[in-house]
Amino acid sequence: MTRFIERHPAWALIVLIAVAVLLWLILAVWPPGLEEAFGRKRVFLNAVFNGITLGGLYFLVASGFTLIFGLMRNVNLAHGSLYLFGGYIGYAISAWTGSWILGFVIAFLGVALVGIVLQIVVFRRMEGQDLRQTMVTIGLSIVFADLMLWAFGGDFYQIQTPSWLVGPVELPLVTAVRSSGEAVYLRYPMVRLVIFVAAVVIGIAMWLALNRTRVGMMVRAGVDDRDMLAATGVPIQLVFVAVFALGAGLAGIAGVVGGTFQSISPGEDTRFLLASLVVVIVGGMGSIPGAALGAVIIGLAEQLGSVYIPTYAIVVTFLIMVLVLALRPQGLLARR
Amino acid sequence: MFKSCAGLVALSSLLLSSAAMAQEKIKVGVTATLEGTYTVLGEDGIRGHQTAINTLGKKVGDKEIEFIIASTDATPDSAVRAVRKLIEQDKVQILLSPLSGDEGIAVKNFAKTRPELTFINAASGAQETTYVDPAPNFYRYNMDGAQWQVGLGKYAYETKGYRKIATVGDDYSFIYTQVFGLVLEFCGAGGKVTNRQWVPLGTKDFASVIAALPDDVDAIYLGLGGADAVNFLNQYQQAGGKAHLMGGSIMVDQTILSAKGNAKNALIGTIAASGQADTWEDPGWQKFVKAYQDAFPPNKRFPSPSLLATNYYNSTAALILALRQVNGDLSNNQAKYREALAKIELDAPNGKIKLDSNRQAIGTNFVTEVVDDGKGALFSKVVKVIPNVNQTLGYDPAVFSKIGLPSRTVPECKKY
Repeated sequence: MTRFIERHPAWALIVLIAVAVLLWLILAVWPPGLEEAFGRKRVFLNAVFNGITLGGLYFLVASGFTLIFGLMRNVNLAHGSLYLFGGYIGYAISAWTGSWILGFVIAFLGVALVGIVLQIVVFRRMEGQDLRQTMVTIGLSIVFADLMLWAFGGDFYQIQTPSWLVGPVELPLVTAVRSSGEAVYLRYPMVRLVIFVAAVVIGIAMWLALNRTRVGMMVRAGVDDRDMLAATGVPIQLVFVAVFALGAGLAGIAGVVGGTFQSISPGEDTRFLLASLVVVIVGGMGSIPGAALGAVIIGLAEQLGSVYIPTYAIVVTFLIMVLVLALRPQGLLARR
Repeated sequence: MFKSCAGLVALSSLLLSSAAMAQEKIKVGVTATLEGTYTVLGEDGIRGHQTAINTLGKKVGDKEIEFIIASTDATPDSAVRAVRKLIEQDKVQILLSPLSGDEGIAVKNFAKTRPELTFINAASGAQETTYVDPAPNFYRYNMDGAQWQVGLGKYAYETKGYRKIATVGDDYSFIYTQVFGLVLEFCGAGGKVTNRQWVPLGTKDFASVIAALPDDVDAIYLGLGGADAVNFLNQYQQAGGKAHLMGGSIMVDQTILSAKGNAKNALIGTIAASGQADTWEDPGWQKFVKAYQDAFPPNKRFPSPSLLATNYYNSTAALILALRQVNGDLSNNQAKYREALAKIELDAPNGKIKLDSNRQAIGTNFVTEVVDDGKGALFSKVVKVIPNVNQTLGYDPAVFSKIGLPSRTVPECKKY
């Protein structure tokens, strides 16, 4: 952080000012002139919150993707299928047992198992052949999509939110002041907040696991130099399998999350594959903090875009990607 | 080896198709949205289609009709692809297609390139399809989106006392047409439409759209359908929304009213208008509902047919009845058959239907209100029945043509 400020004082100042303006926009009561020019504060605040919570979902999908890439240099284009499969498992379990939480557990385990099978049966056989692996994952994603279409049909599934999460909560953020002087607080869907908090917890847990544990150390060492790590006697194949299982399992959890606050259906696999590709390209391939930053940027761009420039909302996401590729092709937080 | 094998397969399939011709089958291609946002709508459309076949049978004289179903996803290119496949691979002679608005415009334009075949619209309801440069071989036995909104604007203004409303709709031709019909009548009565929000078809995350809904209006009109409508209602419930609602023809419809979960309860009391009403007491309608219910087990259908089922029922019925009138004669580029189609008057379950000079339906419209039947099922209850609704909505054609084509901003909110 201090190094960044020393090296780029101008950029640091701009970022600081942007953060200050954002904080003021979120915390202050907007003067009437601003409301007229920019729309109501409630709309803005909602869009910001939606962007961040959507970013939480994107992070869950993209973190697994980026982890697998970082360690194995394997661009797993079947990652979207794992997301969708997790969603279907979550739906089936929660509809069958009535337990939303159990849906998460089984989806994580089920999809992690698929990940293990994929790593052992498919990817181990073509280690180090990037192009071949990429082609195989494209093929697998098509096969998976058709299998799921066959099993679950073209219908939309929505995972029922448990009753204790339905409805809005009032947040201590003032959106407007009534003429009587009474403050109007922001009301926001409970379920999205809970899911966002869960994404943050998972993100921090992953960071801790990578930076503070022995296994994490092996993974980091593997990211830096796989061959050297293998030469030191670490059972690298086991690490690969564990990381693949974790990455796949996270995609499965994300599927349940996506099925709860949106819905799951054929086609969602490619949508989320594309989203996680954009997120990791923006954030930096292989970097977990990069995935978090990229996810929040893309989530915010989508939601603010859909409110303020609805016609061009789709363009904004890709515009960001183009800008990042042009100015910092390795991604915002990439290490190399 | 492989080549000769493939050749053999091709040869045998050729032989097979010529054998089929010898049995005097009439091949009809059907498309429905069995993928994507409108999957449930497509599935119920096919149920309506099947109900018509059950009621009328497949025989035309000594010939038999063979129906071949292809799937689309509500995008125009998927519809054209499906229609092409049906014509080129399955060699169909008549098409029953498509389901959704944008698909309708694309298929109508495609129909012009195949003047020797006949196209019967299955359920699509964009105004442009039959109003602008209609194809001579394209017939539509359902009303368009604007016709399906007739009566709603006046009812909202006069009976419900709504003065200012805002609209949220899927961003494509059918919903433009629906909002067109609503705005024309509501603003004509003196109301104001303050805000029109458009969301891409297939939107998942409505949270920001819901947050942007204005507070200072009497009601919010929802022109959504299929999975979009269900997603919207779920997120609306999570956000704690409480506004008065008004619904379009595929919003207040069994495809949504029978959705899983309790988010749909936000629709109780919602006023809407459509080409049908679930609780209409007309014996013809009741008979159709019974036929639909008898044809499928309760867990494989809705409690009552959706608008799509009714449309597919009517278009299939017109297709079969006109074929019988000409005794299956499709010679001379189907000239006789087309004449019969243009003249046919359907005694449809949802009121009498006849075609105008553009081959567009003139029919009956219903203003409805959503009620709970006490057992947790929702139905649309008839408030008003309006017969003889034509495509210019009762306006003088010259005045109507000046309003412009339905779009995001047309018509303006004023009296024409």
